[in-house]
Amino acid sequence: MSYKPSSLQLQREDARRRASRRSTLIAAVSTVAFGLVAVIVVTGAPGFDRVRTSFFSAKYASHALPTVFHGLLLNLRVLIIAEIFVLIFGLLIAVARTTKQPILFPLRLVATFYTDLFRGLPLLLVLLLVGLGIPGLRITWIPNSAVLLGTVALILTYSAYVAEVIRAGIEGVNPAQRQAARALGLSSSQTLRHVVLPQAIRNVLPPLLNDLVSLQKDSGLISVLGAVDAIRAAGIETARSFNFTPYLVAGTFFVLMTIPLTRLTDWLARRQDAKQKQQGRW
Amino acid sequence: MRKVLEVKNLRKCYGSELVLDDISLSIPEHSVNVVIGASGSGKSTFMRCINLLEEIDDGQILLDGEDISAFGTNMDKVRSNIGSVFQAFNLFPHLSVLENITLAPRLVHGVSRNDAEENAMALLKRFGLAEKARGYPDLLSGGQQQRVAIIRAIATSPKLLLLDEVTSALDPVLIAEVLTLIAELKSEGMTMVIATHEMGFAKRIADHVIFLADGKIHEEGNPTEILNNPQTDRLKEFLGALHSAGRL
Repeated sequence: MSYKPSSLQLQREDARRRASRRSTLIAAVSTVAFGLVAVIVVTGAPGFDRVRTSFFSAKYASHALPTVFHGLLLNLRVLIIAEIFVLIFGLLIAVARTTKQPILFPLRLVATFYTDLFRGLPLLLVLLLVGLGIPGLRITWIPNSAVLLGTVALILTYSAYVAEVIRAGIEGVNPAQRQAARALGLSSSQTLRHVVLPQAIRNVLPPLLNDLVSLQKDSGLISVLGAVDAIRAAGIETARSFNFTPYLVAGTFFVLMTIPLTRLTDWLARRQDAKQKQQGRW
Repeated sequence: MRKVLEVKNLRKCYGSELVLDDISLSIPEHSVNVVIGASGSGKSTFMRCINLLEEIDDGQILLDGEDISAFGTNMDKVRSNIGSVFQAFNLFPHLSVLENITLAPRLVHGVSRNDAEENAMALLKRFGLAEKARGYPDLLSGGQQQRVAIIRAIATSPKLLLLDEVTSALDPVLIAEVLTLIAELKSEGMTMVIATHEMGFAKRIADHVIFLADGKIHEEGNPTEILNNPQTDRLKEFLGALHSAGRL
């Protein structure tokens, strides 16, 4: 027997369709109105013409593009290496902070102190202290390279952030899971490795990736140490032409660079949400 | 007959509250022992003391004649000889059914992946869950999850199986499929301690019934005797309450 919706259901569906058409219309009108106001305010500003020529010049943009892009390749190298080390150190610090083994107590103490310190210190300050302070020690086997020291500073700071995110994940795993593993005879390290960590990482994947997005754009800060990355390259171009368009070019590159990871983060978060709803765990 | 478990004068407190008071019990090999009693009578705590998830405050626990309550006992080793299943199934959600079952044999007992999977598949097939082997726990019904949890607990061939209110979170149909599995384990001679509110099941399956109230054993013995002819007031009260609730 084929199913035919009742007239009541047809009415209801009709009403739903009308309501959704209405919502779309309101959204469209509101968007156009906002856009108009924004354009009027910006273009009506007294300095708009000056800003347009010094920030939005197509000529300077195409001129600066190759050098800024070349600088961006340095950012890419730095951030890929930094991300790898940040994930490793972050994980180790998080595990050290959650361990309850008495013999590892000093490690826990050091890890706690480390995260307190580097979560509190502004990244710019860490960059300057590492980038200028370590060469000042004149230890010959440490190369005096702005890129290397800048990367170290990024790793120092972001390992602390990532460690805190992973720690939150570890503590968020239901204690009953740990108990079930111990009841099966797994040792505490086996429980951590095979039962707790996989669930912890999965649960905090969106905030974890969020920190990595943040690391990607902050890789531009190594320019303060003199490394010729995208921002520094744009600065050099600007100094040559007295036009600020190269900075805008660099900014556009950074946004484009972070978008894939941002979208991935959103997608993962949405998928987790959907899964929890499906399981009735709101 | 060989005694798998012996509990002597067990005492357990939470702060100033006495949860288990002078419990003594002896469990012979292949016997099914059902612990009954109201919620809060100490059933779960008793089970958790046996597999060393709780520290005891006095007394002694012997597994196969070996004092496992002594200070410095290798708890991981003891637990690997005792299977435990809880009311909340506690399957590992990030592992497939097969991985859930093979985790302990591989990590704790050093069984090779192939052998562990073969053994797990044989168990799953026997209890009608073979087609779920590659699936994840969240796709199983409560009854299937609990059966997998029991299979996970027996996959290491433990000397003793503890089942703590394993049917309390299930509806009647699912309860039946879990109880069938437990009855099958009995026919294979598995030594078990079962805490349950299913009195009909207790009567059918138990060799020995233990009634706990206020952390004390008030009565114990043959199930028909205990359940049909209670001697103590506390047990009469408890069975009366179950009767008027339609659970007996």
